[in-house]
Amino acid sequence: MDKSGYNIAIASGKGGTGKTFVSTNLFNVLKQDSLPVTLIDCDAEEPNDREFFPGELTNCFDVTQEVPVIDASACTYCGKCAEYCHYNAIFFLQEARMIQVVEDLCHGCGACFVACEYGAITAKESVLGSVNTYQIDNNATLTEARMKVGVHSPVPVIKAAIKQAKPTDLVLMDAPPGTSCPFIQTVNLADYVVLVTEPTPFGLSDLKQSVETLKTMGKSYGVIINRAGLGDEGVYNYLEKEKITLLMSIPFDRKIASVYSNGKLLTNELPEWKAKFRELLSLITAQLWK
Amino acid sequence: MEIAVISGKGGTGKSAVSAAFATLNERVVLADCDVDAANLYLIFSPLIQEEKVFISGQKAVMDKDICSNCGICMDYCRFDAITEINGEILIDETSCDGCQLCVRVCPVEAITMIKEDKSRLYAGDFRNGKMVYGRLSPGEENSGRLVDVVRDKAKKMAKASDIDTTIIDGPPGIGCPVISSVTGVDRVVVVTEPTLSGLHDLKRTLEVTSNFSIKTQVLVNKYDLNEKMTDNIEAYCGEKGIAVTGKIPFDPRVVEAMVHCKSIVEYAPDSEVAQVISKAFKLI
Repeated sequence: MDKSGYNIAIASGKGGTGKTFVSTNLFNVLKQDSLPVTLIDCDAEEPNDREFFPGELTNCFDVTQEVPVIDASACTYCGKCAEYCHYNAIFFLQEARMIQVVEDLCHGCGACFVACEYGAITAKESVLGSVNTYQIDNNATLTEARMKVGVHSPVPVIKAAIKQAKPTDLVLMDAPPGTSCPFIQTVNLADYVVLVTEPTPFGLSDLKQSVETLKTMGKSYGVIINRAGLGDEGVYNYLEKEKITLLMSIPFDRKIASVYSNGKLLTNELPEWKAKFRELLSLITAQLWK
Repeated sequence: MEIAVISGKGGTGKSAVSAAFATLNERVVLADCDVDAANLYLIFSPLIQEEKVFISGQKAVMDKDICSNCGICMDYCRFDAITEINGEILIDETSCDGCQLCVRVCPVEAITMIKEDKSRLYAGDFRNGKMVYGRLSPGEENSGRLVDVVRDKAKKMAKASDIDTTIIDGPPGIGCPVISSVTGVDRVVVVTEPTLSGLHDLKRTLEVTSNFSIKTQVLVNKYDLNEKMTDNIEAYCGEKGIAVTGKIPFDPRVVEAMVHCKSIVEYAPDSEVAQVISKAFKLI
């Protein structure tokens, strides 16, 4: 395996541990080393990667799903569509002859179209969000999944964004927090998962849950500890006990916090970090070969 | 009164603020609605009196002995969960959304649905009142519905124990579980941090709360890590007519408190952090 064509997800159970910080800096270093690289911002509820890289928007499209429209004149109020709908998105009162689509609850599964025997249901496109691709330089691409505010699940937008990745690129995926559906959809396609945590009891509790999930999925993974120096020894003891690779340790440092808070990249502002992020990639690659 | 603490961006200190709110003085019901990563139980070690199974959804399972590999289910599935590999039809559990359409269209009845029953609801006593939290099993869906269940339980506990105040610790993001956490509450407190990402996420979060017309106020955590960005946040909130009711300084004792299983109000009541949070709470 060479340095192209595989997928690395950067994830964390707990929010705000530094996923975006790690993703953007790793991307920045690979970009400067002229490796073909794509960064996909899969945190569709709150995408932020884009703010760190000026670039030209080269492609953008809406992600939609089909929601039903019920034609009251053709509807016989049989209720079969409501019975087929597993998401309670069709509100139906037989006696009152009342039927209504609750678009917010619809998952776009299409069951109601199959259910209706009277041709009373037609489809309408509803926008869930967009996928925006930016060319950052010749070899570096940034693709952003952006869910529309008010939409309930980011999963369809995330899936559509991941499909955009060039198979020959080294792909970095900035994953959404947690271990539920959006996280699973992202790491499912990863060859390696970098878990970013902080050395606190909250960080440890969430890290354990992420590790258990990745074990079940059969993924290889390693850990980055961010804000080292705050908190306690719990995470370190856990990594040792579980024999989990510590890929990198980033100290809590007001200087680093200040660089990030201004929307700047540590690997540009403090060049000694460039070498550390290169080393991070070598460590990941070594683990992949193992 | 129900007060929801949310943040948009993760890790801004939402749970630390919720923990402080929950230990200020009067007895409260504390509902940890970050069902994806419920953490407040670590600080409060509640005495659990009730554990309930939460059915989060269902998944399709194929019986290969019955399947005729006709592929009809694959044509109907809109979640790309059914694929054909070497002439054999397979269902990918990860992608399945549980809509059950494949079960309905299968001509040979080879597919059945199984319930996902690994998620839980816990309720009990903690040192300053009642506590309830949900735990969504990894990979499971419907976190919004689990939040609804947690809030229902919180309401019942508040009524039964005659407690006036309920603190809801919400999840990060702006999706379904967040909407469920803030729907119908009396007040939302958004905890943000002075970073570009924090400001960006705050904007999206305030869009959600204004869509629901909920009274909202903002706390800037670790404001002194970037005072210029804090000014930008204040200016933005000013424009939107939203009050910034507190600026919390960075203090390593917030993390120390957590390590000692205490809220900052319990651990360092005289600290500026505790004072600012307490003042913000009084303003509610």
